[in-house]
Amino acid sequence: MPSLGADMVAGTLVEWRIKPGASVRHGDVVALIDTEKGIIDIESFEDGIVEKLVVQPGTRVPVGATLAFFQGEPSAPQAAGPMQAAGPPTPAPPTAAPPAAARGGKRISPAARAKARELGVDVQGIEGTGPQGAVTLSDVERAAAGVRAAAPAAKDRSGMRNAIAASMSRSKREIPHYYLQLAVDLRAALDWLETFNASRPVPERLLTAVLFNKAAARAAAERPGFNGYFGPRGFEPASSVHLGVAIALRGGGLVAPAILNAEQKPLPVLMRELQDLVTRVRAGHMRGSEIASATITVTSLGDEGVDIVYPIIHPPQVAIIGFGSVVERPWAVDGRIEARPIVNVTLAADHRVTDGRVGAQFLARIRDLLMQPADL
Amino acid sequence: MTESSAKPDASVSARILALLVEVAPDVDPQSVRPEKNFREQFDFDSMDTFSLAAAIHTSFGIDIPERDYRQLASLDKCTAYVAAKLAKP
Repeated sequence: MPSLGADMVAGTLVEWRIKPGASVRHGDVVALIDTEKGIIDIESFEDGIVEKLVVQPGTRVPVGATLAFFQGEPSAPQAAGPMQAAGPPTPAPPTAAPPAAARGGKRISPAARAKARELGVDVQGIEGTGPQGAVTLSDVERAAAGVRAAAPAAKDRSGMRNAIAASMSRSKREIPHYYLQLAVDLRAALDWLETFNASRPVPERLLTAVLFNKAAARAAAERPGFNGYFGPRGFEPASSVHLGVAIALRGGGLVAPAILNAEQKPLPVLMRELQDLVTRVRAGHMRGSEIASATITVTSLGDEGVDIVYPIIHPPQVAIIGFGSVVERPWAVDGRIEARPIVNVTLAADHRVTDGRVGAQFLARIRDLLMQPADL
Repeated sequence: MTESSAKPDASVSARILALLVEVAPDVDPQSVRPEKNFREQFDFDSMDTFSLAAAIHTSFGIDIPERDYRQLASLDKCTAYVAAKLAKP
């Protein structure tokens, strides 16, 4: 059982995606694990043949327990050994993620999946009546009416709420936060974005959030005091930026999976990966390599209309960057007042690692990058 | 609405509903109220709107300028927008 976060002590195997004798490649999804953060796709960390599945679906097992045994590929002989899965702080190399719609398996909404578990219904046996055969909540309820099964304990979002509570309480208890805020004129960025998008079909366009993410990732790569983990041996900087992106779930809850090596990726790639990530997370298809690998996080509440975000650091990370709404404000330019699109960028950082001065430089670097959007 | 125009619109609406569930898989299609804004019903954000616009563009082959995204605020509005675009020669 891989660790999918500093506070995770156990997980419940929901279903296997492999069978004994099957050939598995590095990065393949091998199992679904239910955690306080929701259901996570667990990827294999190596190539091999499945020898034996040790744990049965529905079983809760502690972190570190063996889930299955793999046998190495004949071309690369190795003794049979326990399955390893990706975990922090060394995530799997980045690969282009397929869109959620192209993924295999039963199409089912998280709400319907949760209801199916609550009612003890096997979703594989349900015929979906939703678009493209998706299993809907009603399908599950209909199926349950005809099935008398021993229902496992109901699970709702209270588990995720508990996980958020534990992580944020730990953060406020252990991390001496300091906060800085900088108002940034986005005229250059939005003009550039409008021109970029105007000449492209919808699927190739960018959102402002992608500029924010890239600027934050670039600044974090240049200033390692904000990018890494604080552990028993103090601060350990990360060698690349795995940018956690806070994603709100409909109906409540929050997760912050990572876009790996974000500082190196061109804007269109970041846009595709962000879109894929949001869709998959809300469909309940996070990957283990994404959920536990963020080295710094960005949170944006611009869609909700707030001016400023004062975020809380996700331990064991040491910084989080917040973006508020982009709003037209009076702004002094060359001695005159003009209406300019302004965003408030905030930094919450760990005072055990950095001080306000370098924090101010960090925010100023984000501002400078946003004012030169063509170079992002 | 005449009978002859009702049928194509119903077909357009059904296609858009399928696209909506594809880009927002956590939305139960049977809970969608066509007249109500997606933002009010499902906490739609800018990524949801972008993904739906992209899916409609690809599925129907119509151009959707950024300034038109606000016309995709509900299933009824999406249907009216797409039907109007398809009706143009």
